[in-house]
Amino acid sequence: MELTEFLRYGFLQRALIAGSFIGILCSTLGVFLVLRRFSLIGDGLAHATFGSVALALLLKMSPLYVSIPVVMICSLGILRLTERARLYGDAAIGVVSALGVAGGVMLSSIAGGFNIDLFSYLFGSILSISETEVFISIGLSVLVILMIVFYYNELLSITFDEDSAKTSGIKTKSINTLFVLLTAVTVVLSMKVVGIMLISALLIFPAVTALQIARSFKAVMLTASLTAMVSVVSGIVVSFLLDLPTGATIVLINFFLFLTGLTYKRIIKA
Amino acid sequence: MPVDVLTVEDLYFRYNSLDVLTGISFSIKKGDYIGLVGPNGSGKTTLVKVILGLLEPYRGRITLFGNDLTAFSRWEKIGYLPQHIAALNPRFPATVGEVVAMGLLSKKRFPKHMNRSDQAKVDSVLDILDMKRLKNAPVGELSGGQQQRVLVARAIVNDPEFLIVDEPTDALDPEMRDRFFEIMQNLNKERQVAIVIVTHDTGNIGRYTSKLLYVDKKIVFYGSFEDFCESREITQFFGEFAQHVICHRHNQNPDCPSGDHGTN
Repeated sequence: MELTEFLRYGFLQRALIAGSFIGILCSTLGVFLVLRRFSLIGDGLAHATFGSVALALLLKMSPLYVSIPVVMICSLGILRLTERARLYGDAAIGVVSALGVAGGVMLSSIAGGFNIDLFSYLFGSILSISETEVFISIGLSVLVILMIVFYYNELLSITFDEDSAKTSGIKTKSINTLFVLLTAVTVVLSMKVVGIMLISALLIFPAVTALQIARSFKAVMLTASLTAMVSVVSGIVVSFLLDLPTGATIVLINFFLFLTGLTYKRIIKA
Repeated sequence: MPVDVLTVEDLYFRYNSLDVLTGISFSIKKGDYIGLVGPNGSGKTTLVKVILGLLEPYRGRITLFGNDLTAFSRWEKIGYLPQHIAALNPRFPATVGEVVAMGLLSKKRFPKHMNRSDQAKVDSVLDILDMKRLKNAPVGELSGGQQQRVLVARAIVNDPEFLIVDEPTDALDPEMRDRFFEIMQNLNKERQVAIVIVTHDTGNIGRYTSKLLYVDKKIVFYGSFEDFCESREITQFFGEFAQHVICHRHNQNPDCPSGDHGTN
C-alpha cells in the first residue's frame, strides 16, 4: 500500500495526529515521573481511570469528560495521602489504584456487567478516535506541554533536589500539585491510545530509553519525545498493516527501542 | 542599625515525641563565619533544616533578614549546600552547567528561563572552582569530589548574603578542601557573606571559622574561639583534653588571632 493511499484514511490521519501529540506529552511528563521515582503513579491513575470510565458508561456520558475531573481528584488524593497522612508514595498510589479498580468493578456490575465499550478503553482504540476527541487531545496536550515549558526549570530543580528547590524560593507544594494534575490529564488522554492497562508504558518507556542515550536533561526530554513519536506512529502503521492491536504494538515497539538504547549504551561504554 | 541575618528565638523541634532541639536561641550578623559543630545525632542538620523552613518547629521563632520565616520571600539572599550524599542522585541526567544554573532560580521571575548573563555567571563560578571544562559533562559521571564542587558552585552562583553549608568537605581531597575554605574565606572577608559551616570535625573547624556554635540538642556554647578556649564551663563539659585539641588547631590558622589558648 502506498503511503499517500494509506494516509487518505481519515481515521488513520486522526490516530496519527492525536497519537503523536499524546506521545510527546506522555514522554515529556514521564521523564520527571521516572526521575522522581513516581513512575507508578501512571499505573495508579490508570486504575482510577478504569473506575471513572465505568462511571461515565453508567451515566451514559463521554468517558473523557467524566474521567478528567475524577482522575484529577484521585491524583490530588495521592498527593495529600503522601503529604498529610505521611504514607509512602507507592502505598498512596496503591490505595487510590485499588479504590479505582474496586469502584470500576462495582459500577460495571451495577450496569449489568462488562461490555465492549469498557474493553475498548482497557486496551485502547486509537483507530476509532473521533474528530472531537482529536481536538480535545491536541488542545489539552498543547496546554500541558506549555505548562511544562513554562515551569521547566522549577520542575527540573524539584526533580533534582526538592529541599534545595525550596530554599531557592520555589513553591514546591504548588508545583507538585500542578504536576500531579498534569499527570492526571495525561493519563486520561492516553487511555484512547494504548488503553488503561498499558498507559504506564507510554509514560515510562520513552523516558527510560532516553536515559540510556542522552547526556543532558534537555537531550533526555528531546530523545524521549522522539522515541514516543516514533513508537506511536510506527505502532499505528504496523498494527493497521498487520491487523494487530494498536496499544500492544506501540508498547512492544517501545520495548524494542528501549533494548536498542540499552545496547547502544553498552557499546558506547565498552 | 543593620538587621541580623538570622535570629532564632526559643526554638524547639521534635521527631514524634523525641526532643531533637530544645530552647535554641542565637543570632547571626552580617560577616559572621560560624562553625556549627556537635556530635552525631546532636541536631545540627535538623537545626539547619528548621532555619531554612524545610522542617517545621513546634515552638519558637525564626527571623531571616528581619522577616519572619513564614513570610520570608527573599530566597536569593540564601545559599544552601546540603549534605552531599543526600542531595545527589548519581544517575540524574543533568550536565554540570544545568545543575549549577539551578542556583540562579531564586533571582528569576516567572517564567524562570535562563539567559546569556545567567550562563556567564555559571561559567564564572565554574572557573573559580576549576570546573569550567566539565560544564557539559553529565554530573553522574564525575567523581565524588567533583560532584561536591558542583553543589558548592550551585550554592554560591547566586552571590548569597547568607550561606549555609552542611558537611561540605567530606568528599573533597585535601587540596580541594583548602581551596574550598579559601573560597569561603574570600566570600566572608570581601563580601561580608555570613557563613555557617556544619561539621562534626570539631578539631579542625577552628582553623577556618571565627565563631563556634556547639549544639547537642541545646546550645552548649556560642561565641568566639577565644571565649571558647577560656571558658571554664566548656572545660567542665568537654574535659581539658578535648578543649585543648580544638583550641590548638585553631591557633594553627595564621588568619586567626593568636593567644595562649587551650594550654590549661
